[in-house]
Amino acid sequence: MTLPEFFGCTFIAFGPPFALFVFTIANDPVRIIILIAAAFFWLLSLLISSLWYALIPLKGFLAFGVVFSVFFQEGFRYIIYRILRSTEQGLHAVAEDTRVTDNKHILAYVSGLGFGIISGMFALVNVLADMSGPGTMGLKSGSELFFVTSAAQALSIILLHTFWSVIFFNAFDTNNYIHIGYVVGSHLFVSLITLLNASELYTISLLINYIVTIGTGVLAFRVAGGTSRSFKKFITCQ
Amino acid sequence: MAAVNLQASCSSGLASGDDATATSQNGEAERLERPPKRQHQRNNYGSGNQDQPDAAILAVPNVVMREPGGQRPSRLSGGGGGGPPTNEMEEEQGLKYGAQHVIKLFVPVSLCMLVVVATINSISFYNSTDVYLLYTPFHEQSPEPSVKFWNALANSLILMSVVVVMTILLIVLYKKRCYRIIHGWLILSSFMLLFIFTYLYLEELLRAYNIPMDYPTAVLIMWNFGVVGMMAIHWQGPLRLQQGYLIFVAALMALVFIKYLPEWTAWAVLAAISIWDLIAVLSPRGPLRILVETAQERNEQIFPALIYSSTVVYALVGTVTPQQADATSSPSSSNSTTTTRATQNSLASPEAAAVSGSRSGNSHPRQNQRDDSSVLATEGMPLVTFKSNLRGNAEAAGFTQEWSNNLSERVARRQIEVQSTQSGSAQRSNEYRTVTAPDPNHPDGQEERGIKLGLGDFIFYSVLVGKASSYGDWTTTIACFVAILIGLCLTLLLLAIWRKALPALPISITFGLIFCFATSAVVKPFMEDLSAQQVFI
Repeated sequence: MTLPEFFGCTFIAFGPPFALFVFTIANDPVRIIILIAAAFFWLLSLLISSLWYALIPLKGFLAFGVVFSVFFQEGFRYIIYRILRSTEQGLHAVAEDTRVTDNKHILAYVSGLGFGIISGMFALVNVLADMSGPGTMGLKSGSELFFVTSAAQALSIILLHTFWSVIFFNAFDTNNYIHIGYVVGSHLFVSLITLLNASELYTISLLINYIVTIGTGVLAFRVAGGTSRSFKKFITCQ
Repeated sequence: MAAVNLQASCSSGLASGDDATATSQNGEAERLERPPKRQHQRNNYGSGNQDQPDAAILAVPNVVMREPGGQRPSRLSGGGGGGPPTNEMEEEQGLKYGAQHVIKLFVPVSLCMLVVVATINSISFYNSTDVYLLYTPFHEQSPEPSVKFWNALANSLILMSVVVVMTILLIVLYKKRCYRIIHGWLILSSFMLLFIFTYLYLEELLRAYNIPMDYPTAVLIMWNFGVVGMMAIHWQGPLRLQQGYLIFVAALMALVFIKYLPEWTAWAVLAAISIWDLIAVLSPRGPLRILVETAQERNEQIFPALIYSSTVVYALVGTVTPQQADATSSPSSSNSTTTTRATQNSLASPEAAAVSGSRSGNSHPRQNQRDDSSVLATEGMPLVTFKSNLRGNAEAAGFTQEWSNNLSERVARRQIEVQSTQSGSAQRSNEYRTVTAPDPNHPDGQEERGIKLGLGDFIFYSVLVGKASSYGDWTTTIACFVAILIGLCLTLLLLAIWRKALPALPISITFGLIFCFATSAVVKPFMEDLSAQQVFI
């Protein structure tokens, strides 16, 4: 049972991001490099938030660490935004596929996916490693839903990071402070909602997070220039 | 030295390049020019080593590298205009192709790490150190950290001095042109890796999965595996196979280090080897630098053995002129890698032929090309080289399969470009640049390019990641992996800017070490708290 559970949870969490990677990123070297660079920046932000968490006296309070970690992540998102925008000229020269620089949302999407994938991995890999055996959750105590909810949460976080980056980059391009506020606020909200998982209120936290994910996705779609008409066209393959 | 050569030949090549543009029949002009050049080169090689390092080889590509400059309006008007823009152009070109090369190095490096990490996590044999190498006489048995520390220091010093001595020996042999001895050495070491160490690996693999196997079967498997490996590495074989063997051999070597080095020593060696790498490649009298310069002077592979080279993609695009392309597109491999040996006579790539047919004789490049890691010599070879005579190493490069899939597409694109060039030189300036990937002319320039990564780099990257994963924490492993890839990216970026041989270990290993320790010390407790309570940030 452990091995199927392992594979199931892996595919829940990383299936969609993997598909995104294969179909939209893997063909373009520049995008792969940006993806890895974004992952690296997320690592830096995590390092700083962990340092913060380790150094401050309020060690027991996870919520405190989470709040600051969100701010650090958004700070690094801004840094990577600055870097990408300032190297855009160079990228234009370097990229064989000029779409990368012509459509500004691609850079945002790629770096957001990088943020998301590494964040999802860090949240989930050790859980996955435990999942593969020899024991499993829920036999003696704890909920047997632990693993599945973790995987689903990880997926929502990965997708959210992608959407957030698209919105965030565009917001800075257009000086749309409401969107910036929305990104930071919803990130904070989602992370704090997951605190409910500790008391096994999985239904509430998952439901709320997926509602936020879908809402953010719609916003990102609109920001990237999508309309309900183009969505309809896409669905009906016209 | 390399850089200087490049500049010099650039400026010499400029004039002819512009002439070619002016006629607006670049392809034609090129082809007209080529045969004499080839002969010229051959004569030189035949007569000995008289020619200056830059003259024959570098001139040809650089004519071409200039071309894109010529296509820019400013450059057209500027004519033979000067240095700085040229550098920019070159940098740009370097970066452009760099992006692809980076990926071409990412894939094998990642594969190598994957093999090591998977092995470490599934075969417990490689996790524990009970037997020690001869080079590490201090075994870190004491519980005292201070004792462990000086043990590690002493061990790594001993190991490093062995590496230094081996590297110097290699260079002396190379300087004296003792190719046979070097080859014997390399063949012997790859023989050991492919038979003895692989046998150990197989045994532990079977033991870990509790699979019974009789000796005759095992011997049969080993014989086939080893002999095919020796053939693929030292003689010829399908490209993918060679790639696979090279990666496997590097991974095996990394596993040997992880298994037999005491824990602290392994970390100390990683730090020491990257410092040594820095010194050996960058200091004026550094052995690897001498090696690179000697190889350039002789117009040979920059020390052909022990190096994994990404590349050739452009080389081929370059050598195939549109007309030839039709003929060659199906047996694209004949251009590219598999035939590198055949390349020597191949019409499609005169320069390359000249290059690889250089003074070491035809047999040399072939044998040297993709050589594997000999146990110690490899450690001495961690360097990235840019702008080497990639031809021979085509085989080691790999991924040409993918490339050949794109070949027809590229060829088509190039034909469009060429036509557009020929149709009107006036429009060339803008339109052109947007359409194209490789300009029709300068692919030849890329012929000389290609990024080479010593197999030693593969080994030590893998040692770092494998060592990190042996503590059982996956976040540390991933952090190391990302850090190493970013370090590699930065190294390649610097390579594109400075255009000389650079050590590939220092940046990557430094990043890797920092992230490894920071993650396991600081990040891990935080992440464990988070994932235990299922909090996502």
